[in-house]
Amino acid sequence: MGPKIGPKIGVVTFPGSLDDQDALRAIRLCEGEPVPLWHGNDTLDDVEAVILPGGFSYGDYLRCGAISRFAPVMTEVIKSAESGMPVLGICNGFQILCEAHLLPGALIRNDVRVFVCKDQDLRVESVDTPWTSEFTQGQEITLVLKSGEGGYVADEETLRRLEGEGQVIFRYINGNPNGSYNDIAGICNERGNVIGLMPHPEHNVDALTGPTQDGRSVFSSVFNFLTAKV
Amino acid sequence: MARVVVDVMPKPEILDPQGKAVTGALARLGFAGISVRQGKRFELDVEGDLTEDRLAELRRAAETLLANTVIETFNVRVEELPASPDEEDQGEPAEQAELATQAG
Repeated sequence: MGPKIGPKIGVVTFPGSLDDQDALRAIRLCEGEPVPLWHGNDTLDDVEAVILPGGFSYGDYLRCGAISRFAPVMTEVIKSAESGMPVLGICNGFQILCEAHLLPGALIRNDVRVFVCKDQDLRVESVDTPWTSEFTQGQEITLVLKSGEGGYVADEETLRRLEGEGQVIFRYINGNPNGSYNDIAGICNERGNVIGLMPHPEHNVDALTGPTQDGRSVFSSVFNFLTAKV
Repeated sequence: MARVVVDVMPKPEILDPQGKAVTGALARLGFAGISVRQGKRFELDVEGDLTEDRLAELRRAAETLLANTVIETFNVRVEELPASPDEEDQGEPAEQAELATQAG
């Protein structure tokens, strides 16, 4: 092991997770300390933030995220999220956070009825969260979007609240890829520490494999937040 | 053993892309004038007597896991199991008891 690096960020692996390794790698590339967490654990191993990665946890059986939401590790994730720990759900992780009621609304099958895989343009709507402080307000970025059930839905009152309270964090621009209400790509909870995001920042950290490195700011934001906190 | 059926449907205001795809396929096959919304049916084989408490517990189970009440409604009802072959003489025709509850 080299010298101690940045904050310890946990990434939960569920059976059927796909992007857990990419998320761990992104944390390492951005000089954090990645900590793999197993869904069957009942502790978070002293991590300072948690990422629920993309994929098809529990085979997407029943509904995406519906079964993962009750995995043993989620008891601790929910408790830590409610006490302010930064939690990021990417794609399937976003679905899990909605099923766990840590975030309002739900994600349904894309209105276009096909799996969408593309470089998606987004606008950063709020930099006032632990996961977005390194972006600039209104910054336009491009991240990989790859999902079959990425349509964000919520009732009108919830949408009004999200918009009014600045809880819409990322919005699709240059076309809505999946029918998400209000072009919503990412939201946060009232406190701002829990974020769900459909596109994949962990895939946009390396010039070799992505058209942008816009995803890096997500990781550097949370590192700065955690470092400043100490 | 009792059979309890839980039907789960997307709320009317929620887009149902699967139902739309089925609707389109039916039209292409010549089944005109049919609009489909697609849900799920769960068959629960339940041990013991179906008391009111037990049914309330099943409704809780449906609300906790089987349906996401943000986007779906669910309906819990008791279904009479068809009689086994050697009991056929006294077997009533399968009939659904009206213990339905709407929720969600």
